[in-house]
Amino acid sequence: MTTLAATPGQTVGPFYGYALPFEGGESLVDRSHPAAVRLYGRVFDGNGAPIPDALVEIWQADEQGRVPAAEGSLRRDGYTFTGFGRAAVDDNGMFSFTTVEPGSTREGALPFFSVIVFARGLPDRLYTRVYLPEAVDSIADDAFLSSLGERAATLIARRDARGDLVFDIHMQGDDETVFLEHRQKD
Amino acid sequence: MTDSNNPTPQTQGSAAQDAEETQEGPIRATDPLATTASQEQITAEIVEIETEYRNGVAAGKPVEERPRIDYPPYRSSLLRHPTKSLALADPETIELHSPAFGHRDVSWVESDLTIQHNGDPIGERMVVTGRLLDGDGRPVPGQLIEVWQANSAGRYVHKRDQHPAPLDPNFTGTGRTITDENGWYRFQTIKPGPYPWRNHTNAWRPAHIHFSVFGTAITQRIVTQMYFPSDPLFALDPIYQSIVDQDARDRLIATYDHSLTSPEWALGYRWDIVLNGSKRTWTEPEEGDH
Repeated sequence: MTTLAATPGQTVGPFYGYALPFEGGESLVDRSHPAAVRLYGRVFDGNGAPIPDALVEIWQADEQGRVPAAEGSLRRDGYTFTGFGRAAVDDNGMFSFTTVEPGSTREGALPFFSVIVFARGLPDRLYTRVYLPEAVDSIADDAFLSSLGERAATLIARRDARGDLVFDIHMQGDDETVFLEHRQKD
Repeated sequence: MTDSNNPTPQTQGSAAQDAEETQEGPIRATDPLATTASQEQITAEIVEIETEYRNGVAAGKPVEERPRIDYPPYRSSLLRHPTKSLALADPETIELHSPAFGHRDVSWVESDLTIQHNGDPIGERMVVTGRLLDGDGRPVPGQLIEVWQANSAGRYVHKRDQHPAPLDPNFTGTGRTITDENGWYRFQTIKPGPYPWRNHTNAWRPAHIHFSVFGTAITQRIVTQMYFPSDPLFALDPIYQSIVDQDARDRLIATYDHSLTSPEWALGYRWDIVLNGSKRTWTEPEEGDH
């Protein structure tokens, strides 16, 4: 039973660019890592125009599905996988991470990246998930994805010709990305 | 600490050549739906929404603890908020944990925003301190808190800030810390000034410090703004007012605490941050237990 009301969020505003992004924030592994993959995409507004001032964070398990517990995301040593990445989008709304594909954290569970989106004009942060392209064959077996009906497709990354992962984020419109509200137990 | 004024990461080169990228026209410098609304119009919208909210609560509707993501008086939100309802999800493994940050990530000097340059910044020196707590009121140690703010004249060190107020060569306005074993954080800084923005004609933001906070689960992540007591701009500001509940809004206002003020040095403010839920509220569901 929780007793204190949570502190409400506010928009990240336009001026986080000199504060939150950090060197190497988008590189969870070096691109020479044998399992390195690029996770990239663009963030779009309700008119389909790219949002140039959004910030995307990812948090993920490693390839074996282990949850990282190592410090050092803000000052990467090039060897330690911390599971956390942060990238500001460019003027075309593009974000890009270099990472590894997460493994299943428990038997039978579909792996995914946990993603948080911030933007000027967005009054509070939004959560979503990026599932791997192979999840498309397992939607019916997954309680959460199957609860979304056709919209489940908005959470599944596409694989490009190079084998990298593409995930566009649509704030509104026909392709509006599914954003999450995590159930609280009390 | 980044010394770059540019929020753009190094992605353009490879991205521009990537076959997956679609080409769009140049982005607009201002929001398409930004208007020349007057403060009176914006205030009227704010009051109407709040009145409707209060009447709803009186009639039994739930209290809203968080900002509305659909809040039209904040004009740039119009095209940027989801229109479909959020999907209810049980947190799964990775979401029950959060990245580990520690003293490998953050140096102790980063919590003092007044010593980052050769000279003293101009403005009211102040300390803001408080505890990071979970929903049960228990301290949350070892978490990363990042802050950023305008200088005492209301100007950010950011190339997109064109407010014609002076930059302070001795003030960048960014800081970081890790909460201590009892959940405490403490920053020494300069009180930020209010500043104009372009939501509507003669729009001014109340003075604030941006806070970015992690908890023990990624679902507890907060990015918010801390305000100062009795700011005359509160009623006029559609960002602050996007939290329609007065009690919830009040949680963003620091308390002046004279016991934190040090003689002939700095004023003290207290602001506690409460994460949603508590660490013990969730356990990993067994397979098939949905």
